[in-house]
Amino acid sequence: MSVNEEFRPKIVAFCCNWCSYAGADLAGSSRLAYPADVKIIRVPCSCRVNPMFILRAFEKGADGVILCGCHPGDCHYSTGNYYARRRMTLLFSMLDFMGVENGRTRVEWVSAAEGVKFSTVMNDFVEKIRSLGENVRLGDLRCKN
Amino acid sequence: MKRIALENLPKLYAVIGQKQSLILPIKTAGKTNFGLWTETADVDLQTLKTVKSAKDAFFPQSETLYTCYQEGKAIKIQPEDLENEDFVVFGIKACDVRGIKVLDQVFLSDPVDSFYAARRKHGTIVALACGQPESSCFCHVFGIDCKEPEGDVVTWLTADYLYWKSVTEKGEALTALVAELLQDCDGKAVDAQKASIASIMEKLPYANLSLDGWNGDALTEKFNSPIWEQLYKPCLACGTCTFVCPTCQCYDIRDYDTGKNGIQRYRCWDSCMYSDFTMMAHGNNRTSQLQRFRQRFMHKLVYFPANNNGMYSCVGCGRCVDKCPSHLNIVKVIKAFGKEEA
Amino acid sequence: MQELKARALELLKNGTVQRVLGWRIGENTYDPEPAFFDSEEAMKDFVYNNFCAANLSKYMIEACKLEGKTLVCLKPCDSYSFNQLLSEHRIDREKAYIIGVGCKGKLSIEKVSQAGVKGILSVTDTDPLQVTTLYGDTTVAYKDAMLSRCHVCKGKDHVVYDELIGESEDTVDADRFAEVAAIEAMSPEEKFAFFQAELSKCIRCNACRNVCPACSCRKCVFDSNKFDSTQKANVDSFEEKMFHIIRAFHVAGRCTDCGECSRVCPQGIPLHLFNRKFIKDINNLYGEYQAGADVEAKGPLTSFTTEDAEPSVVSQGGIR
Repeated sequence: MSVNEEFRPKIVAFCCNWCSYAGADLAGSSRLAYPADVKIIRVPCSCRVNPMFILRAFEKGADGVILCGCHPGDCHYSTGNYYARRRMTLLFSMLDFMGVENGRTRVEWVSAAEGVKFSTVMNDFVEKIRSLGENVRLGDLRCKN
Repeated sequence: MKRIALENLPKLYAVIGQKQSLILPIKTAGKTNFGLWTETADVDLQTLKTVKSAKDAFFPQSETLYTCYQEGKAIKIQPEDLENEDFVVFGIKACDVRGIKVLDQVFLSDPVDSFYAARRKHGTIVALACGQPESSCFCHVFGIDCKEPEGDVVTWLTADYLYWKSVTEKGEALTALVAELLQDCDGKAVDAQKASIASIMEKLPYANLSLDGWNGDALTEKFNSPIWEQLYKPCLACGTCTFVCPTCQCYDIRDYDTGKNGIQRYRCWDSCMYSDFTMMAHGNNRTSQLQRFRQRFMHKLVYFPANNNGMYSCVGCGRCVDKCPSHLNIVKVIKAFGKEEA
Repeated sequence: MQELKARALELLKNGTVQRVLGWRIGENTYDPEPAFFDSEEAMKDFVYNNFCAANLSKYMIEACKLEGKTLVCLKPCDSYSFNQLLSEHRIDREKAYIIGVGCKGKLSIEKVSQAGVKGILSVTDTDPLQVTTLYGDTTVAYKDAMLSRCHVCKGKDHVVYDELIGESEDTVDADRFAEVAAIEAMSPEEKFAFFQAELSKCIRCNACRNVCPACSCRKCVFDSNKFDSTQKANVDSFEEKMFHIIRAFHVAGRCTDCGECSRVCPQGIPLHLFNRKFIKDINNLYGEYQAGADVEAKGPLTSFTTEDAEPSVVSQGGIR
């Protein structure tokens, strides 16, 4: 699919309550812009995110899904993000194995102080998904036009 | 009697397929199932039994019934269109044709299932005789003749030709559509094949399977039998037997939220082997796997005949015999009761 | 077989065990069914032959809820599943008396049919298989009738048992990860086409889930009625793919690669590929791990190191 100027991707961002969600807050209060295509879902910890959350988001029409958590070592619950890291690595590898283009999923570590990083990451991710175009392989046909 | 040379079959498919939807056995990733014909489809008439029966053509595993969506402040309901174009189901075996007759008893009696009725109205059945019956076949037990199946058109496959005999008006119409490809012939080759099938039928392992004692009157005696306690144990509670069965007709109704496209109310096959079978607000009326397992066989051999003038809702296709992961099946059940009662 | 049967009967009679979990003879050699035997009378139908492929360890979850000990016959690969269930506290070692039975590679009647044999009337479990059919007699080489999992067998040794009866044979003649590696080498389009064709056959019968000894949840997440999709609806869309990804993911790090999922699939979908891909990735990223080999071991998804690879490793050329 060619890059469509009009294409507005739907991006779901799972953000952990303690770091990344606060990072998004900081981005907002610092008036740093990032596209409104990003819909944030707040989770208690990055390891709360079950692989099914990500697949369901795609199924119901998301074009990209990003998971943000505290930097490794800084988890509010000490180790949650380490477990999330292993899970997401395996999940992304499986999606790649099934020929579902990679690049639609991403994990980024964003601390509460990194408002700038949050905005940069989101801008970059949205740009990437725009270039990939609409998610076809991971969606449910019933949710399409 | 007419016939067509095997090398011309792709032309036959193309002539039918360009006018109507053509559903026939197609091989995908090593397994043959009924599917929609396309130019590139790998048509497979040689495999005796498709994994799933031809039931999908008239009663699909999942189908949307209607969609609800919001328009301003009002909620609109958009029913799904009924089948309104003719289609052909090609290569159905005798047991599967009888399976459709069993479904007719359920869906065409009052209240009529309009989705099913529309498909039955528009569907033409081209049946295919079984050249090489398998050892798991026992259709003759239910009075089915696999040498001469029912259907709108009946066909026989030999090494060189497909023999073609139209039986009904629908069959005549289809024959007219493909008349250019068919040549008149005598029925000698078909008679020879019928004789060879008849001799194989006598040698089948289940040739003498007896249904004595299985009827609508046997309800309490069979229901309360202690044999079920032993029989159900290996059952994994998967739905394989029910989903490959040509006659299982239970379905569930659910709603699917498609987002901007509204809520789709759909139905999908259900299986009495599943723990959520006939789940209601108060809970489930079958609480153990024994009860669910018993339900399947009681339904086929006792409840159904009780409500349908003695017609069993098993057609002896043998798919459950071939496919059960634990090697349980209706034949073992019938035999276990036969042994106990003897 | 006679030695096993005699020993099981002896243990049943002297009260060491209350019941025997083994296989009951079917209509034929090739269709033995898993069964419980609780008397000498019942034991008449006990059988153990090369078609006894079912992994009995999952039946032990139910058996452990019963009074007394259950004698269970486990093949070498089944013993891994038993260990895994033990480490998850789903079964009780004290309630099991394990006879490790010999295994020479298990046969599948489906494989015999696939070799082009029609109308099978009887078949032996010898090498080669002597097959009588409605359409004449034939033979099939043992290797050709063997389940695909036996070609990549984990070995002849039982990891847990009380006693051993019978000899096992080495049946490995293929590389365990060759199939996975072949798919990894494909282009994304080829991969997608491969899985699309395979999974379009899925009829949502859930046999792969129900037979799996690692799938031991009382209530599966897919059986929840909170979803608007359902575990039994075949929609030929992403729903099937999601089910198979999640099914494999839920057992990642716990799957012993027993191959039951692929054995039972009525549509012949190579479901073990999903599980084996996870195993391959785990081995490459977090070190060699065999679920069920050690009861005390910590699973790869319930542990971590601070130096683990980032998920971006996938988009940077993948895990090889």
